Amino acid sequence: MSRIKSKFQDLKSKNQKALIAYTMAGFPNEKGTISAVRGLVKGGADIIELGMPFSDPLADGPVIQNAGFHALQKGMNFDKFLTLVKKIRKETDIPLVLMTYTNLLYRHGYEKFISIVKKAGIDGLILPDMSVDESKDFLQAAKKHEMDTIFLISPNTTPQRIKKTSGVSSGFLYLVSVFGTTGGQQQFQDYTTHAIKNAKKILDGKIPLAVGFGVSNPDQARFIIKSGADAIIVGSAFLRLIENASSEKIEGKIESFTKSLKKSTIPE
Amino acid sequence: MKLKYPKNGKFGEFGGRYIPETLVPAVEELEEAYLKYKDDAEFKKELRYYLTQYAGRPTPLYLAKNLTEFAGGAKIYLKREDLLHGGAHKINNTLGQGLLAKRMKKKRIIAETGAGQHGVATAMACSALGLHGEVYMGYKDTQRQKLNVFRMNLLGTKVHPVKEGTQTLKDAINEAIRDWITNVKTTYYLLGSAVGPHPYPVMVRDFQSVIGNEILTQMKELEKKSPDSVVACVGGGSNAIGTFYPLIDEDTKMFGIEAGGEGIKSGHHSATLVAGSKGILHGMLTYLLQDKEGQISETHSISAGLDYPGVGPEHSYLKDAKRVKYDAVNDKEAVEAFLLLSKHEGIIPALESAHAIAYAIKIAKNMPKSESIVVTLSGRGDKDVEEVGRYLSKNVKNKK
Repeated sequence: MSRIKSKFQDLKSKNQKALIAYTMAGFPNEKGTISAVRGLVKGGADIIELGMPFSDPLADGPVIQNAGFHALQKGMNFDKFLTLVKKIRKETDIPLVLMTYTNLLYRHGYEKFISIVKKAGIDGLILPDMSVDESKDFLQAAKKHEMDTIFLISPNTTPQRIKKTSGVSSGFLYLVSVFGTTGGQQQFQDYTTHAIKNAKKILDGKIPLAVGFGVSNPDQARFIIKSGADAIIVGSAFLRLIENASSEKIEGKIESFTKSLKKSTIPE
Repeated sequence: MKLKYPKNGKFGEFGGRYIPETLVPAVEELEEAYLKYKDDAEFKKELRYYLTQYAGRPTPLYLAKNLTEFAGGAKIYLKREDLLHGGAHKINNTLGQGLLAKRMKKKRIIAETGAGQHGVATAMACSALGLHGEVYMGYKDTQRQKLNVFRMNLLGTKVHPVKEGTQTLKDAINEAIRDWITNVKTTYYLLGSAVGPHPYPVMVRDFQSVIGNEILTQMKELEKKSPDSVVACVGGGSNAIGTFYPLIDEDTKMFGIEAGGEGIKSGHHSATLVAGSKGILHGMLTYLLQDKEGQISETHSISAGLDYPGVGPEHSYLKDAKRVKYDAVNDKEAVEAFLLLSKHEGIIPALESAHAIAYAIKIAKNMPKSESIVVTLSGRGDKDVEEVGRYLSKNVKNKK
């Protein structure tokens, strides 16, 4: 069983929901990423998403764009990313998901890329611009290397398409909570609640539903969970913390923020 | 070889739809609307009305006698898209998509622009058709194409300078896509080139095919045959695909000319098909300029309209099928052609089009006088006068 799947089973037995935390590899630098990951693990994050920066992140808002841009400028690349993953793997068994854009995989060749990151310790992949309609070769390669494939759905995705997308997803399904890019901080509207309830009904317990984009504080996390989500995904809020912390403070700040978020996934 | 409406937008392995899920319903809605109206008599009639009465079609096919004499070979004809309202071929597409947006009941139009020509053409279409327009433009491009920023403002369209990334066309597209994701229900994304997710490459090609169709009719009148060669510049490739597509089944050699910048070897260029590799960007699989890990490269060209690291997927297909020959012309050659056409014919070409002119002169020399070349003069060069001035003064200084 994959690390992600067994994590969700474990949480279910404890009647908890999952906190999925995103950070950008190489932001503010490689050491900073290690500190951030330590803070996330200590604070009780259940799954970590590691972003690998891409020059043209068109699904991302300003915070993740900026983090990726700086990481690339500091020289983050595929080799350094792998080194980082291997270092993290030595310290923790937490499920690790790689979030990046399709071109980085396509350029290496789907299969080559997936086998290499799998070996380094990555358990799943999220590609915001990989549409299920174009996913045949990608899925074949992922299956061969037992890599979880986490697809995204959106509040305007049709029921038929939710079925199709969840059918090829493994680990969890990622529901984009709002119309917008990552890191928006608006108040959630009714359509988000509807989208969560609707998706849960269609999924019928077959795969966990994680909700992200614009979830940035414990109140919002509780709201999303109350609406029926199995997991919350928080990204830009962590990067904003890292952006404003001196390097020796990153771990502690991330840990305490993670704790405050994790609380909202545990029933009172 | 002619792919009229390729299934799933696939030109061979190229094209497709690599997009965030939020945009899937939007492109599906767009495709449905396009399929509904593209052959609709009323839609076609209205588009024809605007193309003739507002934009000034058909455009002349002008025999450039002096340039022909200068080159000393094949006859050189110029397809005068520069004479269209707004000064470029872009209006063919913005009127088509604008009318489509109206039928889709989308009142807010967003667009990206490089040199500003598509932005201006979008602004004009919005004014004429009663739509609200907003245009994303790389900050670097707003600086080198100030005149067009001013024109867009005059036409009532807001220009958003984009300071992310390389601050050029590709970043303007990224930002327009982000806007579209955010405002997907109310907003129509009016893409300016034959790029992006399906159905844009097909749709933009169809709207621009008026260029090639007119060339065919006009050449049969003037020379009693289809052209022996056609030449068009390629950035994203909309004027080129509009020129090539109607001629694919003709006995015509076709040349697509990319921006060689400071030379292919220098690495500072935008010659995607000449020097690129396959990849995925802006919703499509196509040739790209990228590094070995798949990060998109910074491009360079003296012409902002060609300064793009990708290219329309149908061009990638036509390259691999060897139906079109793609080659590059560098900054220096383009500026020389800019000066040459201005002096010999009294026509100031856009720097983008000057790339095609430069190449046409090269090949005309080696063709018999009985043959003819058609060059698509995609736009006029008023917008580039300052940029050429800067280039010349810099290069004179360097020579000293």
